[in-house]
Amino acid sequence: MKHLKIIFSVLIMTIAFTACNSKTSKNTSEALAVYQCPMQCEGAKTYSESGSCPICKMDLKPVAKASKVLETNEISEASIFNLTSKWNTEEGEVIQLKDLKGKTLVMVMIYTSCKAACPRLVADMRNIEAKIPKENLKDLNFVLISIDPETDTPERLKAFAIENLMDDEQWTFLQGTESGVREFANVLAMKYKQISPIDFSHSNIISVFNTKGELIHQQEGLGVDNKDTVDTILELTQ
Amino acid sequence: MIKSQAFRILFVLLVFQTMLYAQSEGMVSIKGSRYLPLYGRDSTVVAVKDFEMDVYPVTNSQFEDFVKKYPKWQKSNVISLFADKGYLVNWKSDTELKDSEKPNSPVTYVSWFAAKDYCECQGKRLPTIDEWEYVAMADKTTKDARSKPEYNAEILAWYEAPRTNENTIGLHPENFWGVHDLHGLVWEWTLDFNSVLISGESRKDVDKDNNLFCGSAAVNATDLMNYAAFMRYAIRGSLKAKYSMKNLGFRCVKDIPNEF
Repeated sequence: MKHLKIIFSVLIMTIAFTACNSKTSKNTSEALAVYQCPMQCEGAKTYSESGSCPICKMDLKPVAKASKVLETNEISEASIFNLTSKWNTEEGEVIQLKDLKGKTLVMVMIYTSCKAACPRLVADMRNIEAKIPKENLKDLNFVLISIDPETDTPERLKAFAIENLMDDEQWTFLQGTESGVREFANVLAMKYKQISPIDFSHSNIISVFNTKGELIHQQEGLGVDNKDTVDTILELTQ
Repeated sequence: MIKSQAFRILFVLLVFQTMLYAQSEGMVSIKGSRYLPLYGRDSTVVAVKDFEMDVYPVTNSQFEDFVKKYPKWQKSNVISLFADKGYLVNWKSDTELKDSEKPNSPVTYVSWFAAKDYCECQGKRLPTIDEWEYVAMADKTTKDARSKPEYNAEILAWYEAPRTNENTIGLHPENFWGVHDLHGLVWEWTLDFNSVLISGESRKDVDKDNNLFCGSAAVNATDLMNYAAFMRYAIRGSLKAKYSMKNLGFRCVKDIPNEF
């Protein structure tokens, strides 16, 4: 009887441990990789194995996996939903970035006391929004993240939203922690520096993420032609 | 007689206690001050508060312990958002260095995200640029040796030496604060490395690009003779947080809690 007990518990333990080890889903995506000639000699023709293009002899390049896997719930490695920092919205809710999952995200980092570039960045965001047909807006979330979490409280962000007519459903304002903001800026490869108590230097980048939080497009600069950005958004919200 | 012995024990205990509380293991206290960094806020002085800094950069073997405890930072588990392909390429497995590497060398091929998490898991954090530069401007005898010609010459000579990342920690003499290896071993990550806004301009060969960067304070160096510091800022400006480089490591610092 005692032996039976030991055998039984060993069995349970093996099952428990093998269950832990079976999380190797990473390799399956590699098996499904698709290769394509970088020059696209044969148009959109793809290959299931690596090699060289029969026409120009260049090495085939793995094609970035198209967002066909929309149904799956898993977060990919490159997704910003891997970040676990906490954020306050202008409505006073506490969220993580993964709570924004399911909508195409257009993100920009600003601060509300900014006198120089930020109003233009905000204007750029509104110009982009204005070019999107009304029926697509429900699948979109325009997110403005403050790089000045000390000053930009949820109340202040809410006031800024109302003042700039950006208080509709599709606009979200976020206040983070200093470390969370620094981390997120690094994910966007965005630079910023506080140069006086009320002023920051910062790079001007508008980033578009798909519904799974993967970076699809970045628009750099102020007042630049936003056609590419708009096209990307339209493609993602079709 | 007994009384004096008791007093002695009490005295020893008191001394020991202050030592325990004054310093964390492997760290030294840095007395903060105001100073003028190469790239300051408005080209003026910045204030550095008191803090503690690791005496040495984090070593390979320390990082081995870390990834054993936090498997998400092992090289087969790390996600592409947090590290590029070069992450820990000098390791033969998830938890082991290649045999050619020394356990006592500074850990390199680590991304900013990994370095930041390492420090946070020890209850520490990465130093800010201002803090790092503040400690790094000391030589053996003075807190600010930047005006001494031999200080700059020595650092530049160290920068010229190849493959210093393969050396072990502690070979360079300690500076005024008791900190080793800030110069001449590896470059080090800083918490706010992405506050250096000179990369765009320097790559595109224009003075500054008002469309890319808001605020014109990007180029405002205060001491044009400090080439070594220029190199460090230029490197910080060219980094992205998921980069893993052969000669880029890190060390941690800790805030000193306010007692009063």
